[in-house]
Amino acid sequence: MKANSKNVLTGSHYLDGDHACAEGALAAGCNFVAGYPITPSTEVVERISERFPFVGGIFIQMEDELASMASLSGAAYAGAKAMTVTSGPGFSLMMENIGLAAMLEAPCVIINVQRGGPSTGLPTLPGQADMMQVRWGSHGDYEIIALSPNSPQECFEFTIKAFNLAEKYRVPTFVMTDECVGHMTEKVVIPPADQIELEPRRYTKLPPEEYLPFKPEKDLVPDMVRAGKGYRIHVTGLTHDEKGYPVMHWQTQEKLVRRLVEKIRLNSDKIIEFEEEQIDDAEVVLLSYGISSRVAIPAIQKARKEGIKVGVLRLIVVWPFPEKKVFELAKKVKAFVVPEMNYGQMVLEVERAAKGQAEVFLVPHGGGWVHDPEDIYKVIKEAVK
Amino acid sequence: MKDAQVVKEAPIKEDHPMEKILRMDRIPHIWCSTCGIGTALTAFATALGKTDIPLDNICVVSGIGCSGRIAGYIKLDSFHSTHGRAIPFATGLKLGNPKLKLVVFSGDGDIAGIGGNHLIHAARRNMDLVVLCINNFIYAMTGGQAAATTPLTANTSTSPYGCYEQPFNLPHLAASCGAVYVARWTCLHVRRLAKSINEALNKKGFSFIEIIAPCSTIYARRNRLGDGLSLMKFYHDNSIIKHGADTRELDISYQKKIIVGKFVDIERPTFLDSMNEWYRKQFGEKYIEYGGPSD
Repeated sequence: MKANSKNVLTGSHYLDGDHACAEGALAAGCNFVAGYPITPSTEVVERISERFPFVGGIFIQMEDELASMASLSGAAYAGAKAMTVTSGPGFSLMMENIGLAAMLEAPCVIINVQRGGPSTGLPTLPGQADMMQVRWGSHGDYEIIALSPNSPQECFEFTIKAFNLAEKYRVPTFVMTDECVGHMTEKVVIPPADQIELEPRRYTKLPPEEYLPFKPEKDLVPDMVRAGKGYRIHVTGLTHDEKGYPVMHWQTQEKLVRRLVEKIRLNSDKIIEFEEEQIDDAEVVLLSYGISSRVAIPAIQKARKEGIKVGVLRLIVVWPFPEKKVFELAKKVKAFVVPEMNYGQMVLEVERAAKGQAEVFLVPHGGGWVHDPEDIYKVIKEAVK
Repeated sequence: MKDAQVVKEAPIKEDHPMEKILRMDRIPHIWCSTCGIGTALTAFATALGKTDIPLDNICVVSGIGCSGRIAGYIKLDSFHSTHGRAIPFATGLKLGNPKLKLVVFSGDGDIAGIGGNHLIHAARRNMDLVVLCINNFIYAMTGGQAAATTPLTANTSTSPYGCYEQPFNLPHLAASCGAVYVARWTCLHVRRLAKSINEALNKKGFSFIEIIAPCSTIYARRNRLGDGLSLMKFYHDNSIIKHGADTRELDISYQKKIIVGKFVDIERPTFLDSMNEWYRKQFGEKYIEYGGPSD
């Protein structure tokens, strides 16, 4: 399925990351956005509210982030392509209904323009400290998909990817950007609509009497119906069977929760995306994501000039985490260097995946500004010792 | 002494009269005997039987709690969401497909307690929702804790020496925030309640009906108010029908008179009508109205 040309702002533009996310959503056919203003994400909904009247979309500024996130599941079941946008404090408020969307398997997209935390933290300055919250923030066991762009161009592209993944796996999908990328203005090239591939909603072909709302297909994802089509479905946040009915029993829990987790884990090879650079003969691998991957470039260049063989593994999809790839590399390289704007989040995954086969060095940064490349360089030097 | 009456045997009906709108494969339900939720649900079923709205277009959304289980028993597209979030969930459904008719059916703790913020904003926006709020004065499912609706002095498990917090006057809250239809009935007023629900279904905009419901297992037991029948008798003796009453006078005091009736029935543009009208005025033909999913 191709994008609708009336929504796509084909051409070269000078856009910041937030506006590029908005254009990505429009290109992806998003037609329902609920949001609550929060710095540094507000520009996304501002652009959406400007653009939607001319493309047939509905924007509503909700009373809080609880409401924004709850409305997404409703809108998804009504047949809309739904998105919300937030930053740290709002993200915390969304957790309850992110769990609901995961449980109801409601396809939807959440953009988190990360800022420094905890609490109100640094509203206008960057952070990357919600990387574990996005994976584990709501209670109970579930899996999500998250992507991390490092430029406005990628904000555009990854928002489309997020919509496609959300539809394919019926899972809340996150674009984990940050204040720096969100407010960075660069050239964004938007291709013609017929070059943008969109994943259609997986509606069932079965008649109501044969349809079971939570009976999975081969890929462990159930096909969907939307409200108002006469299927009279029941959908609940309680543990439910394939019919959608609540069943308070461990066998039903086992079947449902295992599937919610495995529909992502067993399809992870199809979901995971990363970029590699000079990895074949690397002694040390710089593993990064989002803005930190760009900040690390001068450090990598400096180290290479000195003859240090630095490879790069840049995560595009951060969750699910590419553990097989990291383990494979861990067997070949001396160490991983992980710069991130937090005091150690994704680095824990790197350590877990490396299984002791390589050393793992964190380059921490509390947020509020990006790393000094020199700090990353120093750790690279230490890592090859 | 009267003559013994000849009792004609009534023909046995195989079908339950509510079978059309109940998920019979989920019966028996979880509610206690004499609970008012079943009565409210029956009134809703009666209203559905009289509406011209195609049932496939009606969606029911509930939150959490005893009343939150309603969605699970209704054979319409039905959604059991999170605690307090039935109204924003329903807002998403309504805006995602404006052709749908949305009914939020939940309890006082859900709608007015944890979900109070959503209630006032949906009323302010005049979101096209029918909100049926069952008020049993207590958090019953969790065992009887104080609610935002517990009358002063009433005993609950978290106000074991009596409640000292002023409760909400729900019809006044909804009306002052902009609801276009506001009514209150008790579970004794089954026909009037069904009529009210029917009126609300046919109304565009934010309708709010408070349904005072007996909870004999928890609320009445803690307060020694007798069984379900005693509660119904209390409603019978203490309800005053006062249509058009000033909503400021609708406070509920512990075991005192309950004013019921239809208090508000006005016209005001809904959220979607306001939005569409405003944009059409601003942009004329350039404005593209969202008409719902195209498939």
